[in-house]
Amino acid sequence: MKHMTEEELIAYREGVAEQRAVISEHLAACEECRGEFERIEAVLAALDTLPVPDLGADYGRRVWQQIAPRLAEKPGRWWQVWFEPRRLAAAGAVVALIVAAFIAGRFTKRLNPPDNIANKEQVRERILVVAVGEHLGHSERMLVELSNAAPNGPAQKEVNISAEQRRAEDLLQENRLYRQTALQEGDAGLASVLDELERVLLDVAHSPDEVTPAQLEAIQKKIEQRGILFKVRVVNKELQQRQDTREAAPAQNESTKRERNKV
Amino acid sequence: MQPSVESTQAIAESDAIAVERTLAGDRDAYRVLVERHSHNIFRLAYRMTGNRHDAEEVVQEAFLRGYQKLGQFASRANFGTWVYRIAANYAIDRMRQRQREEARQEMPKTEERDGMESDPLTRVKDEAPTPERLAQSVELRKQMEQALAALTESERTAFVMRHWEGCGIEEIAVVLKSSSNATKNTVFRAVHKLRHALQPLVETRAQARAMGTES
Repeated sequence: MKHMTEEELIAYREGVAEQRAVISEHLAACEECRGEFERIEAVLAALDTLPVPDLGADYGRRVWQQIAPRLAEKPGRWWQVWFEPRRLAAAGAVVALIVAAFIAGRFTKRLNPPDNIANKEQVRERILVVAVGEHLGHSERMLVELSNAAPNGPAQKEVNISAEQRRAEDLLQENRLYRQTALQEGDAGLASVLDELERVLLDVAHSPDEVTPAQLEAIQKKIEQRGILFKVRVVNKELQQRQDTREAAPAQNESTKRERNKV
Repeated sequence: MQPSVESTQAIAESDAIAVERTLAGDRDAYRVLVERHSHNIFRLAYRMTGNRHDAEEVVQEAFLRGYQKLGQFASRANFGTWVYRIAANYAIDRMRQRQREEARQEMPKTEERDGMESDPLTRVKDEAPTPERLAQSVELRKQMEQALAALTESERTAFVMRHWEGCGIEEIAVVLKSSSNATKNTVFRAVHKLRHALQPLVETRAQARAMGTES
């Protein structure tokens, strides 16, 4: 009879064994393995007697008293993430785009002076279009790289996707900002695609640094099933077209939004 | 030990309301979250760091960080799980920091390392006469604390979160920034090390008890 390894018995004891029924049956039949299992159990049972100090029912209140003076008036908002050092570069790029769009807006205003409010809206939307276009481009590149990632050979047991994971984390913050802006602008179609993208980015950002080929395949399948790459490409292309056509015919704005909502 | 599904859901819903109110500027709403989750976070932190002083620091830091990052907290998630994860990550940092300090000072491992041992007030409280503690020999307890202290941060985290806290492998893998398989291996390595450090002592005690030579 083939006996259980220590690893299998520990996995069984800790509830992480894959073949629980097989191990359970074996333990019922094999005295030697049962003895081994009981020795593991005895050590863990001894460890279970290690006490955790009882801090009393008012411990939570004391924690609050200790931390309350150190809390800011308001909790950190989502935008504060832009002030973290690693986000400043991305924030700088957005500021540059805003300045560029502002200058472009001023220039357009001189050419078409009558409707001040309409011009302001155009400028704001142009910022969104340019910035979101860049964001979608970055997201697309990251997803393509992740979709093409593969182990170097059958012997490789884990694939490192930490670079994609970090990029997904950064993109996730930007994505939230753009999705909220799109919602405020009433662009439901764009907000919906960004929402779907956010879920995929969340999955990637929360993946481990190193994944097994099977896990990688599952991530790739998820990306494929959601058709997110296709949607990102379509919306990105449409944003570019929208930017081009707006220069010539700003009035088409609403009809373009309706078209994207269909996507 | 584990709360029912209904009560977990009710707590999660109540937490979500408290989070919304905090984000809207009601700072006192955060108090509800702190008071509700402090005990759980302390239990995790104490088991990870092995001393009360560090554990209390982890609890405070976890809630401070949670407050600062509350805007990034996705309302889809559960606040308890989220802040628990922040605490586990900070506890790992604290353990590493503690090890570096010890390496510099070349302090003996257990007594000085453990705040419980050096703090007379804590010691009195900790050694209150529960039935388990009365049955526990001082020597075995010391050995168990040393065996836990000898684990790496990852091993200790994996063991504490799995064995004592009943966390899922995926959840532990997120904290360890590792894969599920690697996390399972870490749990195995931890139990294997603990077993080999403690089994002789546990068996001797069991024999002594069987022969009636120990109370």
